[in-house]
Amino acid sequence: MTLYRRFDAFDRWLHVALMVSFIGLGVTGLPLLFSQSGWASVLAHALGGFHIAGLLHRTSALVLIAVFAAHLARVGKRLVVDRDFGVLWGPSSMTPQPRDVIDLINHVKWFLGRGPRPRFDRYTYWEKFDYMAVFWGMGIIGGSGLMLWFPTVFARVLPGWVFNVASLIHGEEALLAVGFIFTIHFFNTHMRPEKFPMDPVIFTGRVSEEELREERPDEYERLRAGGRLEQLAVGPAPAWVLPAARVVAAVVLAIGFVVVAIIVVTLVTPIVLTLVAPIP
Amino acid sequence: MWNRFVLTLAAVGLVSTAAAAGQAPQAAPKPPANEDCLACHGDADAKRADGRTIAVDAKRFEGSTHGPMACVDCHADLAKLTEFPHPDTLAKVACASCHDDIGSKYRDSIHAWAKEKAGLNVAPSCTDCHGRHDIAKKTDPASRVARPNIPTTCGRCHEGIKQKYDAGIHAIALKRGDSRAPVCADCHTAHSIQRADTDAWRLSVTAECGSCHIESARTFLDTFHGQVTALGYTRVAACADCHGAHDIFPKSDARSTVSPARLVTTCGRCHAGASASFVQYDPHANRTDKALNSTLYYAAKFMNLLLLGVFGFFGLHTVLWLSRGLKARSEARR
Repeated sequence: MTLYRRFDAFDRWLHVALMVSFIGLGVTGLPLLFSQSGWASVLAHALGGFHIAGLLHRTSALVLIAVFAAHLARVGKRLVVDRDFGVLWGPSSMTPQPRDVIDLINHVKWFLGRGPRPRFDRYTYWEKFDYMAVFWGMGIIGGSGLMLWFPTVFARVLPGWVFNVASLIHGEEALLAVGFIFTIHFFNTHMRPEKFPMDPVIFTGRVSEEELREERPDEYERLRAGGRLEQLAVGPAPAWVLPAARVVAAVVLAIGFVVVAIIVVTLVTPIVLTLVAPIP
Repeated sequence: MWNRFVLTLAAVGLVSTAAAAGQAPQAAPKPPANEDCLACHGDADAKRADGRTIAVDAKRFEGSTHGPMACVDCHADLAKLTEFPHPDTLAKVACASCHDDIGSKYRDSIHAWAKEKAGLNVAPSCTDCHGRHDIAKKTDPASRVARPNIPTTCGRCHEGIKQKYDAGIHAIALKRGDSRAPVCADCHTAHSIQRADTDAWRLSVTAECGSCHIESARTFLDTFHGQVTALGYTRVAACADCHGAHDIFPKSDARSTVSPARLVTTCGRCHAGASASFVQYDPHANRTDKALNSTLYYAAKFMNLLLLGVFGFFGLHTVLWLSRGLKARSEARR
C-alpha cells in the first residue's frame, strides 16, 4: 500500500499546539461564561482557582498566537521566498473559490440522493471554512481578548464601553468556536461514517493511495498527470505515531463531547424548566 | 438605711415562711412566685450590698413579651431555693434553654467568639440588644430590635459605623419610613454575625443587595466582576467595593464613590492607571437595553444571528451528511 504525504511535520505539530492551546482556552474560559452554573464553580476551583485559570488562559492564548504567527510566517515564506502563488489561488489554495460553492451545492444534492458525490480536490469547502474560521476567530477573540487583558492600555485610545462590547463578543465568539470545533469539525473530519471513529491524517500526515483516490479524486488525478504524485510517496509513519494519535484523539474527542454536553444541558435546562413550570 | 431595713425585714419574713413550710409533712418545696421575688425586687430603690440596683419594674416586666412567665423560669437556679435572701451571684440566665436555635446561631457568631473565646467583655450577649426584664418583640415599635431601632441598638457599640450609616441613603430611606430600607441586621444578620472580611460573608452579601436592587444584581452577574464573584472568588469587585458599605450615596451625590467625579479614583483602587476613558466601562452593562448602549445591543444581536446561522447551516449539513453517509455505507456492505 503506497502512502502519500498530505501534511508535513511542521503542520502536524502546529495542529497539536493549536489543539492543546484551544482546549486550554476553552476549558479555562467557559467557567466565566457560565459562571452561574454549579459546574462552572467546580471547574474553576479544580483548575486551581480563578487566578490560576486566568494564567492558564493567557498562556494558552500566547501559544495560540504563536501558532497563528508561525503559520502566517510559513505562508509568507511560500509567497516571498518560494514565489509559490498557488497558496493564494488555485486547487492547492485555502482561499474560497467559485468551485467551492459548486462543490457545496453538489454535495448537498448528493446528501439528498440527487446526484453523484462531488470530486474534491486538495482542500474541500468545509475544510476551508474551518481554516478561515481560525482567521476570523483570531481577529475577533484574539483582538477582544488582548483588549480585556490590557484594558488600561487600550483605554488610552478607546472609550471604556468598548470593553463591554469586547467582553460580549469574546464570550459569544468563543462559544461559537468551541461549539463548532467540538461538534461540526469533529463530525466532518472524524465522526462521519466514512472516517468513524477518527481520521489520523492530521497526526500521521499520510494518506493511502486508495483514500486519496476515493476522497480527493481531482487532486489524485492532478498530481498523477503532473507527474508529482511519486514525489509525495512516503514510508509509513514511525510505529508510535498511530497509537499516540489514537490516544490523543480519544482524549480530545472525549473532552469535546463532555464540554458540548455540559453547554447544551446548561443552555437547554432553563428553557425546559420554563416550559414545564412557567414562572408565575 | 431604710432600704436595708426593708430588705432585712422581708428576708426574715420569707425565711420564717419557708421554715414553716419545711415543717409540713414532706411537701415538695414550692418555687417562689413572682410576688415573692417582687417583695424585694419590686422596690424601685432596692440595692445590693455593693450598691448596685436590683430593682425590677413589675409593670414593665408584665408588659414585656416574657410577662406571663415566672421569674424562676429564667432564673432557674432559684426555683429550688428556700433560703432568702438568695446569694448575690446567681447562675447566668440561659436564654438558649428556650431559644435554642437562636442560641446556636449566636454561639457561632463573631459576638459570641469575642465574648467567650477572646474575653472581650464589651461584646454583646442576648441582653445587650434585647434588654432584660423589658424584652419586647421586634414587631413592637418600642423594641430595641424593631427595624427602625436596630441601627441605634447596634450603634451603641458601633458608633463610628452608625455615623456613616446615618449619613447614607439607606438610613435616610429608613427614617422616611421605607420598610424596605436595609438596617444592620439585613446584611450582617441578627444572630449569625460574621467578620466582614471573610470570603464567605463577602460572597453572600451581594445577594442581600440584590434582593432589592434586582436589575443591578442581574447586570452585575452578567459582567466580568459578577461572573468571577459568582464563581466564588472575592478578588474582583462586588457591590460594596465600588459603592461602599455603610455610607452609600446615589450616583448623583458628589459624596458617592461612583459619582462621576470620583469614579476614576474608585476604579483606580484595583485598576492602576484607570483614566476617564477607562471608567466609561459599564460594570452593569445590559445587552438587551438599546438605550443604554446601542453598540452593545447590536453586537449582541449580531452574535446571536452569527451563532444561529453557523450552527443552523452546519447542523443541517451534518444531519444530511450523516444520514447519506450511513446509507452509503450500508449500500457498500451489501
